[in-house]
Order: sequence, then C-alpha cells, then structure tokens
Amino acid sequence: MSWTISENSFWGPLDPAADAGYPEDRPKRKGFFTDTSICIGCKACEVACKEWNDVPSDHFDMTATSYDNSHSLNSNQWRHVAFIEQPKRLVTEGGGQDTGLRGTVDLGMPTVPPTGAAEQLANGADDRPDFRWLMSSDVCKHCTHAACLDVCPTGSLFRTEFGTVVVQDDICNGCGYCVPACPYGVIERRKGPDGAKNVGIAQKCTLCYDRLDAGKTPACAQACPTQSIQYGDVEELRERANKRVEQLHDAGIMDARLYGNDPTDGVGGTGAFFLLLDEPEVYGFPPDPVVTTKDLPSMYKHAVAAAGTLLAGAAVAFLGGRR
Amino acid sequence: MTTGREVGPEGDPSEDAHTHDQVNATTDPLAGGGDNAVGREGLQGVRSQTNATVGTRGGRRGSGEGGSGRRRGGRRGGGRGDRSMVPEAEFTSYYGRPIVKPSPWEADIPAYLFAGGLAAGSSILAAGADLTGRPTMRRSGRLVSIGALGFSMVALVHDLGTPSRFYNMLRVAKPTSPMSMGTWILSAYGAFAGAATAAEAARMLPPRWRTRGPLRRPLALLPYVDRPAGVLAAVVAPAVASYTAVLLSDTATPSWHSAYRELPFVFVGSAAAASSGMAMITAPTSEAGPARRLAVAGAAFELVMEHRMEQTMGITAEPLHQGQAGRLMRAAKALTVAGAAGSLLAGRSRALSVLSGAALMAGSACTRFGVFEAGQASAKDPKYTVVPQRERLEREGPVRHPG
Repeated sequence: MSWTISENSFWGPLDPAADAGYPEDRPKRKGFFTDTSICIGCKACEVACKEWNDVPSDHFDMTATSYDNSHSLNSNQWRHVAFIEQPKRLVTEGGGQDTGLRGTVDLGMPTVPPTGAAEQLANGADDRPDFRWLMSSDVCKHCTHAACLDVCPTGSLFRTEFGTVVVQDDICNGCGYCVPACPYGVIERRKGPDGAKNVGIAQKCTLCYDRLDAGKTPACAQACPTQSIQYGDVEELRERANKRVEQLHDAGIMDARLYGNDPTDGVGGTGAFFLLLDEPEVYGFPPDPVVTTKDLPSMYKHAVAAAGTLLAGAAVAFLGGRR
Repeated sequence: MTTGREVGPEGDPSEDAHTHDQVNATTDPLAGGGDNAVGREGLQGVRSQTNATVGTRGGRRGSGEGGSGRRRGGRRGGGRGDRSMVPEAEFTSYYGRPIVKPSPWEADIPAYLFAGGLAAGSSILAAGADLTGRPTMRRSGRLVSIGALGFSMVALVHDLGTPSRFYNMLRVAKPTSPMSMGTWILSAYGAFAGAATAAEAARMLPPRWRTRGPLRRPLALLPYVDRPAGVLAAVVAPAVASYTAVLLSDTATPSWHSAYRELPFVFVGSAAAASSGMAMITAPTSEAGPARRLAVAGAAFELVMEHRMEQTMGITAEPLHQGQAGRLMRAAKALTVAGAAGSLLAGRSRALSVLSGAALMAGSACTRFGVFEAGQASAKDPKYTVVPQRERLEREGPVRHPG
C-alpha cells in the first residue's frame, strides 16, 4: 500500500495502476474503444454482459422516445445501447464526396423505402434518407481519475492491476457516495429486484475483471458482431481510434470525433473511450466532464476556513460584552 | 456464473478477507427468455430516474435544426414563484434523460446535516459556558450535543444500503474521501463529546456517591476529564460542522459542486444559528447572552454567505428557487430572519427566547433540506450538467491539464 501522492494524483496524465502502487511487472492498462460509427444497436453487448456478470434483468419496457428499452447505465445495466434518431444525413452536406461508405460497409441498416417516403422523393432527387440513426454502447469509463474510487470511504472501490476500477462486493456498505460522484452517472446502488444478489451495494462494469485475469476478452467486446466494441491496451486503442477518425473524415463524415481519449482532459482520459458522430450530450454524455476531486484541496481549504470562522465567532460571542 | 460471493443484505463480516479475487463458476444465465416477467420494483427504480424529466421537456422531436433536440423555454412544472424572467438556456440531451445520477440518500442525510451542526455548535457553546461559569448552559449544551450526535449516527447508519456493514467505514482513512475523513472527525468528536457528557452525567449523581460506594474511584477522575474533554470536543466540533459541506460538494451533483466555495460558510452559520437557538431554549436567559449574540451573528452570516453562494453558482442556483427546494429555502430565509430579529430583541424575555430559538432551529433545518433537495433536483435535470460545461467550453475551451 503506497501512500505517495504524485503530482498528478488528483488530475492530469497518469498511469493509474502505477499510481495505485502496482509494481513494474503489472499488465498494460486495458480498456475499450467503442466505435459508435459501426454500432448496429443489436444489444449483444448488453446481453453478454448480463449473462456473464449475472446482472439481474429488472424491466422490459420501451422509453417511448426511441428504440431504447434499457434506459440508462445503472446498477442493473452495465452496458447500455443508446439509440438516437435524427433528421440529418450521415455524410455532411458538401463535406467530401460520398465515398461510398454506405456501399462498402453495408451492415444491413434499415433504410427508408422509397414507397414510404414519397414527399422526400418529391422534394429532392436524392434517394438517400435524410435521417440517421446513431447507436452507441455506453459503459463505465474506467477513468484515470475516478471520482467514485476517490470518494469511496470503505476502500471497496479499488484500482486493479489493469488500471480499471472495480467494486468489491463484500466490502461495500452501500453508503452511496460514489453514485453522485461519478460525472457520467454510471455507478448506482442496486435497489432490486428482490432476491437479486448485492442489493444495497454499489454496482457497475468491472471490465470483466475475472475474464481479464484469465487472459480473456470482456464479454461485451467478445459478443460484439461488428467490432464496434474493441478491447485491448489503452495506448494501442488510442492510436487505432485516431486512425479511424482520420479515415471517417476522409470519407466525408466530418462529425466523427473522439470522446475520452485525451489523457489531459478533465478525468485524465478514460480507459473506455468512444468515437462519436455528434456532440457528446446527444448520446447522454457530459460534454466536458471534470473529476470532482480536482477541486477537493480547495474544498478542504474553504472548510477549514469556515471551521475557524465558527470557532472565532463563538469566542467573540462569549468574550464580547457580558449580559 | 457468479463473480464474487453472493452476499445477502445482511452481509457477513467474515467475508472481508480475500476481497477482490473473483470466483468463476459455471454459467447460470439469468432470466433466459423470460425477461417479460419483470421485477416491478426495478421498473419503478429506473422510471424514477427518468420520469423526472420526461414529459416536461421536448427532448428530441425530429424537427428543428439537425434534430439536435435543443429546447428553449416552455418548461415550468412545479414551484410557484420561479424566476422565469431569464430566458431558458438552450442545450441538447439524450431525450431529456439525466446524465449524472442523484445520490441515493434520503431524508436521513439532510437530517444528519442539521443534527451534526446542532451537535457541533452545542459542544462549542457548552465549552464556552464551562469556561465562563454558566453551568446550566454547559449542561444543556453537552446533553444536546450527545443527543444530536446519537441521532446523527443512527441516521447515517440507517441510510447505508447495507447498514450491518457500517463498521467498514473504519477500514481505511482516506483523505480523498470526505466521507472517510468525516467518519474519523466524528469518531474523534464523539469520543470527546461523549467523555464530556459522561462527566456531566456524573455531576448529576447523588453527591454522596463521590465519597462512598463502588463509583467512588471513577468519580474521582471527574475533574481531569470534565473540562479537558469539553474543550477538546469544542476544538474538533467546527470540523464536524463544516466538513459536511465538502461531503456534498465533492460530487458531480451540479448544485452541490458549484457551491463548494461558500457552502462550508453557509453550513457553519447554520450550525451556529441552530445550536444558539437550542441554547436559548434550554438555558436560562441570564446565562444565554453569548448564545443570543452567536445566534444573530450565525444567522446573518448564513444569509449573507447563502446569497453570495447563489451569485457564484450560475445556472445551478436555479434549483434553489424551484419546487420543494425553493419552498424550503424560502422558509429557511424567513425563519432565520425572524429568529435573528427575535434574538436581538429577546433580552431577558423567556418566551421570545424560546420562540426565536425554535425559529432559528427550524430555519437551519430548512436550509439543510433545501440545499440537499436542490442538489438532488439538479442531478435529475441534464440541463444543469450540460449548460455549465458548455458555457465553460465557450468561455475557456475544454478543460485540459497544462503539463
């Protein structure tokens, strides 16, 4: 157990496993690169995750706003496929030629049949649909600076040798502090269903810690049929992601951008990062999250000043005049 | 397959060894195809996160610019007296769903914020009374502090998801966790306040017990414990009153985090007002002069700092004026002003002292519940997560570490 606090312990680029005190022979940091441009919304990741990790099913209803029927990341949903329908074309208007990305990467995505879109045909000669579906499989980000881990008062949440963040179910006492601490709204205290294990305990993605230990790929990435979810060494995934963005930009998809890949960002970069085709908040991500503990030293200073004020005020009340 | 051992809600202390070796077992796919047989509770659980916003806003509507689902104006559900002069901020979200999660904490936690402040302030007043020869105020202060501390402990344990494992709070001392620091602050404070109250209780025993009987020897120690423990409790107490602000602020909950500079001052003011109010009720007016002065000062300080806090919070100050939180904060202000005014005028009037004291305590409680509820509301609306971050992006660009 190391008690050293390095310069960037609260914020900044860092190898989290090294910072947590793992020795030199630790494995490389593991993570996910989720390329949402090739997600087909099949939810195989959700199912695989539930099966492998024994995550209870707890509801089965549509949100009535889209084809999303799993609502959010929560204690019983460690992968969540967001589903967004937009009146917008995949290839930005005027942004390069349509290099035939649709042709070469036909994933069987539904298109608008001409018969059902008479107005569209009447309006323009273009038979491409003027709407798009965005699908994105969200997951715990396994932040470099993980607020949930920082604020956990029992040490239940810990940094693994793979640089991931995992809850120890048998330590957590369900204080719930990690829940509001997470800037992405990932971790949650399990409320039910009745009879499920770990009710009253904080639950979230473990990046399949047990599978990693055995040298296997996490269940979601293993199940993903399009390699939208890619698992590997974070360093290598970041390079791969950069290449992919370039490729998409060349193809005229100028909306493509990476989210969470920058080790200098507000959470020190995430172990699980994303390629998005729109602003982060469209997918339910915070646009520019910052780990709350970045401000913790300042918070403590203010609290100490306030405590001093109270003591001084009381002293003055007793000494200042006698009635 | 299971990862880790199955742990019932009661937990099992013996499992604390070998914590993070996860156990692979055979696959037992859950709820194969029978997903329709859904746990209703889970359904409600999820709904409670989402419904808070759905229906009150447009979200994405398949119209407008690029379907980005921006919204402006038009949303005002609960909360009379909302300040709707300012045009609604424009922002995008995933169908109006929350981004961050509200804390799972219930009324236990704001009740603890109040009781913790009351305990802390009472210990300070008790020590002051002890040092300045006010025996009744000393006694009531010590008794109130231990009562409020006991209530706090029960509330804190009750709010845990697995209360039987409360002692796991004592596994680590972790500076990055205000809750861990709070645990140790409360432990130290509890020891001193407990010793001071034990000494106080011993004073209430029949005097002859000090010279005869089995308690003779322990009671002889009394003078060595009494004042030192009371003073030490008063030295630790301010930390009890102010750390709770850090507890709330060190989260991604928009209306708590953005208040981190002023909230500790609001909370110590609130603690001073509540405990002085209690002293005005429990101590004779002849002894309660310092309590009346501290009551006025604490109340004024709380009101001023709360106002300053709202000035610096930007859009995340809104929840403090809306709905349940808005009602609580308005009540807090009215009660605190009334209580402070009453304390100024109370003088030797017993009735006015009691009334003012009660108003101050109620005001303090409303402040705690109001701040708590405002934070919860801010977490449930993606607006308070997205808009401040977007504003910062426009102003300063993305947050990037310089090194």
